[in-house]
Amino acid sequence: MTDIRYLAPSTLDEAVRAFAAASGAARILAGGTDLLVQMRAGIAKPGTIIDIKKIPELTAIEDLGGGAYRIGAAVSGAVLAEHPTFRKAWPGVLEAVNLIGSKQVQGRASPGGNLCNGSPAGDSVPAMVAAGAVVTIQGPNGRRDLPVEKVPAGPGRTTLAPGEIVVAFTLPQRPKGSGDAYLRMIPRTEMDIAVVGMGVNLTMEGGVVKAARVGLGAVAPTVLLVEDAAKALIGTKLDDAALEAAAAACRAACKPINDKRGTIAYRIKVAGVLLKRTAAIAARRAGGN
Amino acid sequence: MSKIHVSTSVNGEPVEFLCDASASMLDALRGPLGLTGTKEGCGTGDCGACSITVDGRLVCSCLMLAVEAEGHEIATIEGMAQGETLHPLQRKFLEMAALQCGICTPGVLISARALLEKNPDPTEEEVRFGLAGNLCRCTGYDKIVRAVLETAAEMRETVR
Repeated sequence: MTDIRYLAPSTLDEAVRAFAAASGAARILAGGTDLLVQMRAGIAKPGTIIDIKKIPELTAIEDLGGGAYRIGAAVSGAVLAEHPTFRKAWPGVLEAVNLIGSKQVQGRASPGGNLCNGSPAGDSVPAMVAAGAVVTIQGPNGRRDLPVEKVPAGPGRTTLAPGEIVVAFTLPQRPKGSGDAYLRMIPRTEMDIAVVGMGVNLTMEGGVVKAARVGLGAVAPTVLLVEDAAKALIGTKLDDAALEAAAAACRAACKPINDKRGTIAYRIKVAGVLLKRTAAIAARRAGGN
Repeated sequence: MSKIHVSTSVNGEPVEFLCDASASMLDALRGPLGLTGTKEGCGTGDCGACSITVDGRLVCSCLMLAVEAEGHEIATIEGMAQGETLHPLQRKFLEMAALQCGICTPGVLISARALLEKNPDPTEEEVRFGLAGNLCRCTGYDKIVRAVLETAAEMRETVR
């Protein structure tokens, strides 16, 4: 780790200019909980590190009203957990962000970093997908918005163009009767990488599902939006048949790998189980809102 | 490459130091600042031996660049006792023998203090969750968890 240039610009324009000028030799630093580990292992050898935490937009949490929030990409899990109202509106997103690593990692790790690291098992991503989060990206050609599920391209890869920086996540307004939840399966009880991650976001009216989104992680090269699972839930009262149909849709969407944490068969089975459990929690929360 | 000048606050005292851009906060603490109470375990954020707080929030100092300390408030194990008076957690860890080799202990104490500041009356499960980022290869954790719970009870009594 020698001869690195450290930049901490105070505006996004400066950051984008420096990032683009470095043409691939720079890395963005938010919490650094992936980057510093990669640097230490010699996997990442950036010539320039661009710390984005001095840019106010990247570390702000804005309450946009009606349950809508804009979260700066570099906001840490600990800071998001301290927000006075976010927890009530988006408990599933918060519990997913707060599952990234230990309390120490929470002091630094951000949802923007979790997304850009490109791990199929990133905990915050399925919950953001279920929430319908829109990612704001800024690059040399200006600013654009993208549904969060369009960002991951494969393990360790994203669809971001060279020089582009993730700025913020915008979560939509919450209709009355909405609730979300995130569950993950890990072999340990804490601090492990998901074998399956499941985000479910529901809007209920009179016990009937009016809207649903399902985000599924760690069972394919990218986190998935499982539209068939959502369709199986919409219009139902979450009866056993509807839940089984949605679970089957999740199992069908899986294209997992075998590894030391779980076999293909196990991951597929667990995806169905987690759909049912996560939907139950989201429905209960929706009932309380 | 020339060294970078950093102005920060460590345990309430303003300090300045010089570091390379790639140096971690842990490197700066143990090197130019001479504060060797913070230990290096894994160097990858898994073990928690290097735990410090930055603006009151728990972080692994191995996962933070030293240059990022500029303008922030750093707290380390060296600031935990007030002169000769140990923090209640430190005293209870000694009384209850909640340590063996001691390498993880500074990090455990910093984490436990951060936990009790947020939650003065934690359950055993909450203590175990709060300390999940601190690995101890000697004690099996039971004595640590019991010492944190006892300290929490004692501190609640003192407040009353």
